[in-house]
Amino acid sequence: MSTTMREPLVQVRGLKKHFPIRSGFLIQRDVGAVRAVDGVDFDVLRGETLGLVGESGCGKSTTARLITRLLEPTAGSISWEGRDIAGLSRRELKPLRREMQMIFQDPYSSLNPRKTVGTIIGEPFVIHRVESNEDRRRRLVQDLMEQVGLNPEHYNRLPHQFSGGQRQRIGVARAIALKPKMIVADEPVSALDVSIQAQILNLLRDLQRDLGLTIVFIAHDLSVVRHTCDRVAVMYLGKIVELASSDELYAHPRHPYTGALLSAVPVPDPRLARNKARQVLGGDVPSPTNPPSACRFHTRCQKFVEGHCDVEEPLLEVKDGGNVAACHYPLTDEEIARRVPTAAA
Amino acid sequence: MSEPLLEVKDLAVHFETEDGVVQAVDGISYTVERGKTLGIVGESGSGKSVSSMTVMGLTRAGNARISGSITFEGRDLLNASDADMRKVRGGEVAMIFQDPLSSLHPFYKIGDQLIEAHRSHNDVSKAKARDRAVEMLGLVGLPDPRRRIDSYPHEFSGGMRQRVMIAMALINDPKLLIADEPTTALDVTVQAQILELIQKLQAELDTAVVMITHDLGVVAEVTEEIAVMYAGRIVEYGKSDTIFAAPEHPYTWGLLKSIPRLDTPRDQELVPIFGRPPSLINKPSGCSFHPRCPYVREAHKKVDPALEPAGDADRTHKVACLLPSETRRSLWAGLRAGDTPAEVLQEVEIPAEKLSPSAEGPTGEEVAGQ
Repeated sequence: MSTTMREPLVQVRGLKKHFPIRSGFLIQRDVGAVRAVDGVDFDVLRGETLGLVGESGCGKSTTARLITRLLEPTAGSISWEGRDIAGLSRRELKPLRREMQMIFQDPYSSLNPRKTVGTIIGEPFVIHRVESNEDRRRRLVQDLMEQVGLNPEHYNRLPHQFSGGQRQRIGVARAIALKPKMIVADEPVSALDVSIQAQILNLLRDLQRDLGLTIVFIAHDLSVVRHTCDRVAVMYLGKIVELASSDELYAHPRHPYTGALLSAVPVPDPRLARNKARQVLGGDVPSPTNPPSACRFHTRCQKFVEGHCDVEEPLLEVKDGGNVAACHYPLTDEEIARRVPTAAA
Repeated sequence: MSEPLLEVKDLAVHFETEDGVVQAVDGISYTVERGKTLGIVGESGSGKSVSSMTVMGLTRAGNARISGSITFEGRDLLNASDADMRKVRGGEVAMIFQDPLSSLHPFYKIGDQLIEAHRSHNDVSKAKARDRAVEMLGLVGLPDPRRRIDSYPHEFSGGMRQRVMIAMALINDPKLLIADEPTTALDVTVQAQILELIQKLQAELDTAVVMITHDLGVVAEVTEEIAVMYAGRIVEYGKSDTIFAAPEHPYTWGLLKSIPRLDTPRDQELVPIFGRPPSLINKPSGCSFHPRCPYVREAHKKVDPALEPAGDADRTHKVACLLPSETRRSLWAGLRAGDTPAEVLQEVEIPAEKLSPSAEGPTGEEVAGQ
């Protein structure tokens, strides 16, 4: 699938979300901010699957909630089909909600345990006043259940009567009910068993093909992201550090952080695992309250150059091979071959 | 080789519940040699955690029925008194769990928890135990252990907490470490740190490790032998290389083909295992994998396969499958080349009803009672 000719559905520019930290009893003062997302730019192209990866706390879920406007951005713009939605009110957003839907990680807590599956999947039709006739709504819901591989006869069952994989199918059915243009899936398979994961991934792929969906796919499992996504953005401490097509990113990671992430992925092949010089990234992700200066990765980077990386912030720019990366000293092909055994180089 | 460190034989753990008897573990046998690493792989409900918790004596609840034998250095752990088990637990056999936040007490400083763990097994002064705790925290790579020993669990990140757990598990020089999904809650970069740490400490301290996980990548990286569990049984056992290069059980194939991996082409199709894991109360008849197996034959629904030698170069390799081994090998050859089960079935003919003689009808209950 070529993504070069596609037009953007969403354009994100300078997007920031700072969560204030308050202190004090009765009279609360802001004493700082968690810079969860701190200036990101990217496009989501029509019909593509864009992956967002990074360690916990890198801001990937916050970014997802910002572009679906479940959160109010601190700064920046989000343009949806050319129209800025960053400052819209709840009322103004309501018609847009039909067009963008979310699938959540935990199929146990994202479904109301007291409502039947039919009610849960049918709720979008009620909220958006699409179908008020109960019989017709029932038929719509049962079609959806069929489409996601659930037995339509289970219309009146409650969520606890389903397994994890089936519950995730319920979540998918609810998300596609109103035929949205875009689905944001936040770790949709990480709570599922391996044999079930593949079922859900294949379901999402088939739905995307059949319905022409655009998907923003958030996951921490890099193998899953490679398989699922056309393009991938790697985030670190609230910034995008690299953005490239899946093929390029996994074969030629340019940012040292991307290289370290890929190097850390366990390979299900004992021979390959023995032969690789795994590059173990030391330390933890620094606090997003007080991120390191300039390049935020410099405290953990093997290619850190004092007086440059910690002084001048690298900008996202095109590197060898066409990846966009924010780094003064991107990885060379030789370094990639040594550190990332699975890279095709 | 001398006597194994841990020998589990025909272990069955059944729980009586209001809904019926849950056959969580249903007749499994394995051994762990000193200083070696065994991986136990399976999905939720396969019995992998219950079997290991039973080794630690953690399933001795009123409604549990346990049979078989667990021998640790020649001693019977299954019938050991609770007092004896307390000595073993945390002493010679230690365990780390998936979630380090809920395994550490939130109220006490980590130092106090480590000191308690050490002093409950060794007759040493508080000051000595504290020194030992500092030493262990340094060993697992906690920066500035002398100061951090007085911190509370919530002051650490997930990876650091897991390091504290490992320090606590290893503080009494255990001979066996059971790690139950030790990296599942962690990011990949932290997972790599923890796996490397476990391997390093294992080499230094000559500890045997049982690594329980659902992640095939993790077992490939750290284990020498692997047991694949399904519905309370071991369905395949062998050296890691064999399990990944020449697996013979359709469930193992299913696991290997259903995960996306970085070392195969990106557009390679994922082949999910259809259906879902069976109920452990009403297990399917015959081979418990038969409702999900693409290669099922009528007889497989009646006969329960035993775990038997696969008969290849790896002499530890055993598999519980009713298909003839030549058929299994041709099937895997096709799957490995990237064919789907349906495509493979067009090329490989499965003999109608050829069954191995030893597979004459013991049900799960009877096996457990042996």
